[in-house]
Amino acid sequence: MQLRDFGFNEFFFLVTAARWTVVLSLLAFGGGGLLGLVIALCRVSPWRSLRLFMTGYIQVMQGTPALMQLFMIYYGIGLFGIRPDPWVAAAYAFTISASAFFAEIWRGCIEAIPRGQWESARSLGLSFPMILRLVILPQAFRIMIPPTIGYMVQIIKGTSLASLVGFTELARAGQIINTMTFEPARVFGSVALIYFVLCWPLSHLSQRLESRIARTRGDRPGLA
Amino acid sequence: MDYQFDFGPVFAHWPELLQGTLLTVYLTAVATAIGLPIAAVLAAVRSYGPRLLGAIVGIYVEIIRNTPFLIQLYFAFFALPALGLRMTANTAAIAAMVVNLVAYAIEIVRAGLDAIPRGQIEAGRALGLGSLRILRHIVLIQALRVVYPALASQFVLQLLGSSLVSAIAAEELTAVANNIMIVTFRNFEVFGVITVVYLALSLLFRALLGTIHQRMFRWTT
Repeated sequence: MQLRDFGFNEFFFLVTAARWTVVLSLLAFGGGGLLGLVIALCRVSPWRSLRLFMTGYIQVMQGTPALMQLFMIYYGIGLFGIRPDPWVAAAYAFTISASAFFAEIWRGCIEAIPRGQWESARSLGLSFPMILRLVILPQAFRIMIPPTIGYMVQIIKGTSLASLVGFTELARAGQIINTMTFEPARVFGSVALIYFVLCWPLSHLSQRLESRIARTRGDRPGLA
Repeated sequence: MDYQFDFGPVFAHWPELLQGTLLTVYLTAVATAIGLPIAAVLAAVRSYGPRLLGAIVGIYVEIIRNTPFLIQLYFAFFALPALGLRMTANTAAIAAMVVNLVAYAIEIVRAGLDAIPRGQIEAGRALGLGSLRILRHIVLIQALRVVYPALASQFVLQLLGSSLVSAIAAEELTAVANNIMIVTFRNFEVFGVITVVYLALSLLFRALLGTIHQRMFRWTT
């Protein structure tokens, strides 16, 4: 028995729920980006213990499912006697998870700058922060943009996990509508369509920027 | 924080944990075994095949890569039965994992195919080899070497991603964790243990696949 049909109102409900997907994605992007940048800089810093610590952090974050990180934070908040809030848990979990990936992506871009530049900057007497600010980052920034936009797609898709701790974003809205209408093909087809509309322009932009950079550098596209 | 950690009740359920771990590995391995050959063929179609077929493969790749795995899973588990295709939770899980893996693997393999100089294909043709033999003996064998590291990390990503399968009640590691949590009320401890198991699995498989890489591709070009 179905309670209602899947019509315009139901589709509109999905679209409004998608705004939480967008908000959560932006939070994870902002927080994860900031934290990730700090970690990436630690990874290329001259201090060995700092580098090792951050390597460990990244290993753990990339070696465990994002869903587990979310559950750990969600139930971890409960240990302090606070009622876990899916919204807060999701924002923290996705920030932490994104930070590890951004750190690795950006470290790769920073290390793509030839070693000779570090050495000549150092021989000019520049300190580590000055080398980064004046020499390395301005050059690395250009090649950082395409993979960063590409990873935003992963963040948007990843926010669907928040539905599993009960946060009502797009994926969970789809489940709710599905239990009411019993039309899974149309419901999840629509949900997939909304995700696609959010993600595809970013994927496309990332690919275009990447091939443009590859062209100007004269090497093959695709193998970044 | 006055919370007493107690892992005892969690470890008491070790047989279920072990079974869940094995099912996680099994689902990932089966999905990869089915998905990789399909991806290799579709990547060849995309790179060398007729335009129209290549475009269809391209659309498939874009759709899968720009929608969440969770939604693909729901589609396999809820929508396909409604359309008349009945599957168990495990089969639906493997189906969704294959569909997802193939899309990513196509792009990885294609990068490998593009790395093969066209001159080698022409040389093969000049020697009188047929298209399939050129593909197998010249292109795929070399492409595999190029793309192996990326495929290996995709395998680990797939392993970690399989945790989502618990959402449709396939009884893998995360689902087992949910069950233990309901019985023991030790939420944090359960997921702590499971997280360590996942970490161990991904480190193990990374090391294993790395060793295979060294052994398999000793020959130099």
